[in-house]
Amino acid sequence: MGVDGIGARVLRKEDKRFITGKGRYTDDMTAQGMGYAAFVRSPHAHARVKSIDSSAALDMPGVDAVLTGEQLVGDGIGNLICGWMIHSKDGSPMNMGAWRALEPEIVRHVGQAVAVVIADTQAQARDAADAVVVDYEELDAVVDPVAAMEAGAPQLHPEAPNNLIYDWEIGDETATNAAFDNAAHVTRMEIYNNRLVPNPMEPRAALAIYDSAEEHHTLYTTSQNPHVARLVLSAFYAIAPEHKLRVIAPDVGGGFGSKIYIYPEEMVCLWASKKVDRPVKWVSDRTEAFLTDAHGRDHRSVAEMALDANNNITGLRVKTVANLGAYMSLFSSSVPTYLYATLLSGQYNIPAIHANVKAVYTNTVPVDAYRGAGRPEATYLVERMMETAAREVGMSPADFRRKNFITQFPHQTPVIMCYDAGDYSATLDAAMNAIDYSGFAARKAEAASRGKLRGIGMSCYIEACGIAPSAAVGSLGAGVGLWESAEVRVNPVGTIEVLTGSHSHGQGHETTFAQLITERFGIGNDQVSIVHGDTDKVQFGMGTYGSRSGAVGMSAIVKALDKVEAKAKKIAAHLMEASEGDITIEGGELKVAGTDKKLTFTEVALAAYTAHNLPAGMEPGLKEGAFYDPTNFTFPAGTYICEVEVDPETGKTEIINFVAADDFGKVINPMIVEGQVHGGLTQGIGQALLENAAYDETGQLLTASYMDYCMPRADDLPAEFKLSTHETLCPGNPLGMKGCGEAGAIGSPPAVINAITDAIGSNALSMPATPEKVWQLCRAGMQQAAE
Amino acid sequence: MSQISMVVNGKRVSGTVEDRTLLVSFIRENQGLTGTHVGCDTSQCGACVVHVDGKAVKSCTMLAVQANGSEVTTLEGVASGGELHPVQAAFREHHGLQCGFCTPGMIMSAIDMINRHGAGNLDEATIRHELEGNICRCTGYQNIVKAIKAASDQMAGMAQAAE
Repeated sequence: MGVDGIGARVLRKEDKRFITGKGRYTDDMTAQGMGYAAFVRSPHAHARVKSIDSSAALDMPGVDAVLTGEQLVGDGIGNLICGWMIHSKDGSPMNMGAWRALEPEIVRHVGQAVAVVIADTQAQARDAADAVVVDYEELDAVVDPVAAMEAGAPQLHPEAPNNLIYDWEIGDETATNAAFDNAAHVTRMEIYNNRLVPNPMEPRAALAIYDSAEEHHTLYTTSQNPHVARLVLSAFYAIAPEHKLRVIAPDVGGGFGSKIYIYPEEMVCLWASKKVDRPVKWVSDRTEAFLTDAHGRDHRSVAEMALDANNNITGLRVKTVANLGAYMSLFSSSVPTYLYATLLSGQYNIPAIHANVKAVYTNTVPVDAYRGAGRPEATYLVERMMETAAREVGMSPADFRRKNFITQFPHQTPVIMCYDAGDYSATLDAAMNAIDYSGFAARKAEAASRGKLRGIGMSCYIEACGIAPSAAVGSLGAGVGLWESAEVRVNPVGTIEVLTGSHSHGQGHETTFAQLITERFGIGNDQVSIVHGDTDKVQFGMGTYGSRSGAVGMSAIVKALDKVEAKAKKIAAHLMEASEGDITIEGGELKVAGTDKKLTFTEVALAAYTAHNLPAGMEPGLKEGAFYDPTNFTFPAGTYICEVEVDPETGKTEIINFVAADDFGKVINPMIVEGQVHGGLTQGIGQALLENAAYDETGQLLTASYMDYCMPRADDLPAEFKLSTHETLCPGNPLGMKGCGEAGAIGSPPAVINAITDAIGSNALSMPATPEKVWQLCRAGMQQAAE
Repeated sequence: MSQISMVVNGKRVSGTVEDRTLLVSFIRENQGLTGTHVGCDTSQCGACVVHVDGKAVKSCTMLAVQANGSEVTTLEGVASGGELHPVQAAFREHHGLQCGFCTPGMIMSAIDMINRHGAGNLDEATIRHELEGNICRCTGYQNIVKAIKAASDQMAGMAQAAE
């Protein structure tokens, strides 16, 4: 390995621009003659748009145009789509209502856009948007998904009777029911997975530039997947054909899923820039982000676990209602189905599983994938159930889990997934050692002497990443293939550009991807550039989400590198009159094994381009591309243990200790992997303790700013997360990678809640575990004890 | 409209702004210094922190006219002569940033924090408490806290060496 190759803690190449203020985010871009867009948004959760009067707005200074949904529809701009078809258990396709980028008839959530103002400055556009008079006829709203399915509930879309999008199932119901008929013990819980708002620190933004002479659009935007955006904008929204549309996602300030989707605002900027024939920029403010960025989670489940007399799990039965909000966002349908219920086996040998999922429309912001996407919901359910079942049957939570661990691989679960590799005992042992599990009782006693309640809770998570074999996801309803592409361009001077369809918005691809080249050719990472995020530069790509950039994106780079290496060796063998099989590459040189003959990488590259002396029939140049289609999902797994101290007087929970033992397969850059885990854990701890998107019964979002939605701050977290990784290689891809981006957010919430419920001796706790809720349970416990 | 003038990163600048123009807009749009970011509308996130007359200020909470006659330093102005400020260097060394969007405010708050407490006088708990007004969604703060502590200690060493 070179010093900066695979496994090295290489400092990030991209940092210099960010620490000196030279990052280039979408809002930093300008264009000559640029106007600003401001949206006119519904203040009602459900209302009929009776009329829109733009006359006063049009008279205001700097206002160029006010455009409405009627004009948008009239121009043939398509409805927003959901790209994953789910069929209900009766075989019928999901019921998808129409979603227009500007709504001309019925608004279905607070914040939905009905018109857009284009003006010379942002302030003028916002002033004028306030002056657009929209006459609404208010309709009854429904925000609770269970209530939404009841008779007489307000109906959102004519296509979806009773607001039901689909009624889907997975697993063998008969076998599962039989397990329950024969169970020695059944654990049953109602579990709510709270609604979250992703909140990347950079709000969404767009700058659309139309060239009327070329009939060509350029869109700078905050996207995790600019090529998918271009495809969808072309093929479904009829903005422009693909060759007339360039999408650039420059530096992007975090995504966490929320920047996967193509939203109304970006579409409208593209359309409006042509309509008014000037560049149009829009930047979301934070409240707009709360009201329009896709939310995450929001599952209500009833779960039952059947055990035999020896405490082996024999069955799991789950009914989940998933709130998808007012419209079906781009991948929303897949989240509560194939990204969720397929992980309900957890790390455990469960012979029979059946899950029923009902997805429901409500008058709330659309819900889609947020860091983890379905897998946090599955993990929370399984790990709360495991902890609770262990307590009910009087086993230690660790022993109960260990007894039911899957130990043989490959393992086919009853819910589609075939786990390829893992060692769940290894990560459980590592986490228990790291937290000094056996010393907990003494620490608990010491805390009690100070009037504090100590608790410990664990979570043994598994997730599916590397999404995913295209044929497999196609058979499950995905509208796209989920491969990745890469191109490796060796320049005549021997420097290398790697073009990737993955997109970095904080993950550090410019560093880790370059490590692959250093590893392979022994050239310094300053000789390598990673190019991404521009549809004019990179031919195609599926982007970054679902922890796929390593397992899928880097696998594509490896495939391209294989081809470059093979050609470079052929050239070197020819030039040095040696056999191709005798050529080795190290330290930036191609050598003939067993001799002192060698050529530098630069000399070989130059030879490829001068083409004066190449093997007969060889094309000049040294540039290769590859598409990599995964062979399976990958299965990162691990154990997280959380130790908390609760103050029964205030209900405040303090996380004293948090340990994470992860199996991510091959780790390329441990520093970056640790950073991903820190961030993921913090988002999971945020879900467990702090964050909640709260609606009132009329559909007003009560938590639409940072004054109301509690983001984790530095002092909400323990002094140190203690991390370790334990590698079992993924057999499905060339590097053995599994993915690390989401694990922290997936595995941590149940560990925190299991710890608090252990501390307070009450299991009736829902997320977020606010001091008020915890205090109420402490009080109830004390009263019960007194009686 | 008001005519204003101030020193930004050592350079005298002036401009005509609406009275309601925020300092952050003047910095980003009039001066083209886009290293200062806007992450919220309620002065919670701290991505917009700059120094005004040596004190950390959320530039989304101050009108440009209020900064008339002041000295303003943004992230672009903290390195000297091509040398990174120790806090900038520490953020890279300790992987204290991921997407980079909150980083300008984090670094400006950290420099202010070290200035107020004195180099070498920051412990982990104090740093966490002081970061109340800076939100990061990527890093979980652990490496930010480490970076600030390391920079503070390093700056104390530099001050000692200079004596």
